Amino acid sequence: MDLLLPELGLFFWTALAFLIAFFLLKKFAWKPILTALHDREKSIADSISSAEKMKAEMSNMKSENEMLLNQAREERTLMLREAKDTKDKMINEAKEQAKEEASKIIAEAREQIEQQKNAALIDVKNKMGSLVIEVAEKVIRKELSNKAEHENYIKTLANEIKMN
Amino acid sequence: MIFTPKIPVKALLTLLFVIFGFAFSGFAQETENHPVTAEGRDPHAEGEKKLNVKEVIFGHIRDAHDWHLFSVGDFHASLPLPVILYSPTNGLSVFMSSKFHHGHEPYNGYKMVDEHDIAADPTLVKGKIMSLDGSKFYDFSITKNVVSMLISLLLLWFLLTGSAKKYKNNGINKAPTGWQNALEPVIGFVQDNVAKPYLGKQYLKYMPLLLTFFFFIWINNLLGLLPGGANLTGNIAVTLLLTLVFFVVMLANSTKYFWGHMLNPPGIPMGIKFILVPIEILSNLLIKPAALAIRLFANIFAGHTIILSLMCMIFIFGAMSKVAGFGVSLFSVAFSVFMFFLELLVAAIQAFIFTNLAAVFIGQAIEEHHHEEHGAHH
Repeated sequence: MDLLLPELGLFFWTALAFLIAFFLLKKFAWKPILTALHDREKSIADSISSAEKMKAEMSNMKSENEMLLNQAREERTLMLREAKDTKDKMINEAKEQAKEEASKIIAEAREQIEQQKNAALIDVKNKMGSLVIEVAEKVIRKELSNKAEHENYIKTLANEIKMN
Repeated sequence: MIFTPKIPVKALLTLLFVIFGFAFSGFAQETENHPVTAEGRDPHAEGEKKLNVKEVIFGHIRDAHDWHLFSVGDFHASLPLPVILYSPTNGLSVFMSSKFHHGHEPYNGYKMVDEHDIAADPTLVKGKIMSLDGSKFYDFSITKNVVSMLISLLLLWFLLTGSAKKYKNNGINKAPTGWQNALEPVIGFVQDNVAKPYLGKQYLKYMPLLLTFFFFIWINNLLGLLPGGANLTGNIAVTLLLTLVFFVVMLANSTKYFWGHMLNPPGIPMGIKFILVPIEILSNLLIKPAALAIRLFANIFAGHTIILSLMCMIFIFGAMSKVAGFGVSLFSVAFSVFMFFLELLVAAIQAFIFTNLAAVFIGQAIEEHHHEEHGAHH
């Protein structure tokens, strides 16, 4: 039965020792250990979350890169198309211009030809006139003897000229 | 919740063992009957030297004024411990327990209680100190239990501060080594399975207390299992003190909600309140803490008793016949090895249960109103 009755001495020493031990351990053992464990837990959680964030950022960047690439691709095709258009336009313009120029040159040439033809015609007419006069002069000189015949001849000559 | 199944289990085991043991011994005696009579041994002559089993067992379980190591015949190897007595009439007297010469001689007006004193006054307990003139005095001696406790605290101190230093020196991102490695899962276990579930957000505030409870009980349970070790956690004074510490912490942190719920439980008819409130008060303020103290005491006490009983069996049967003694010794040793393993487990389990229940009860006391589901009623 005495085992169920607490002894004063042991109770006293246990109280003293336990409480002192508790406060000492609290300050020098549990606090540092618990803070260390807590800090480690936090640092692990932080690293995991930061890794997760990095991952998300990476995938974000990847999609951004893809978007940029797509954009660049589109731009390139657009630029190519534009360049082609410009090229076509320039060629067409050049062709047009060349045509115009050519037709102008042709027209000018034609005009010149016409002028020169006219000039040549005039020249020929003049020459013909002087030839006629010369012939007439010769005829007239010759006609002094055979007047009737010569007149016929002149007439035919004159007709011939007119026909020309 | 209040009555742990530990005690019935142990009682059952003892019962089983006793029944089995007796059956075995009956068998052993029957076959070895002839040699015994042939030797012509008189059981009454043996009876003079017969060991007092009760004395042996309780002598080991009780606290003592010297640390007894072993005895050979009349030679007793024991460490004397300081005796500190305070008497209101005779003042303070401090001396070593060796002055009593193992209880054979009185000293300074005091003596150790022996068989003759008990015969005169059965309330006296052998090995305790009594004053010769019968005056009242207080015993503050450094007993075996106190020394054992101081050793355990020193061990704890070096273990724990050593680990704490490692955390400081190695930083938090280095893997733990040595004892630190062994302690960390235990601390983590107390934190994650005891403190956090029951104490909620405030768990960190109570962690040092819970950890101190756990490690103090555990290490003393283990030291008590060593041969010649003291039975500290199986002593009611120690478990009572631990419970008192818990009780003070619980009351100091208890909330209005806890008291309101206990003294005036809402939503209950007036008539039932008259029955319920006293039960609640008794349950929260007496039964729960008392159960905490008694559970630990009884479990460790029972474990020590069983192992010692098993050992005594050998000598009881040995006194009947040597062969029976040897026969039983095989069984006793095997069974006490099993019990030692069980006690190793119990040492940790009881430390856990004490810590766990302390956390549960504190958790109930510090509960705030916004928790609707509460486990205050049993």
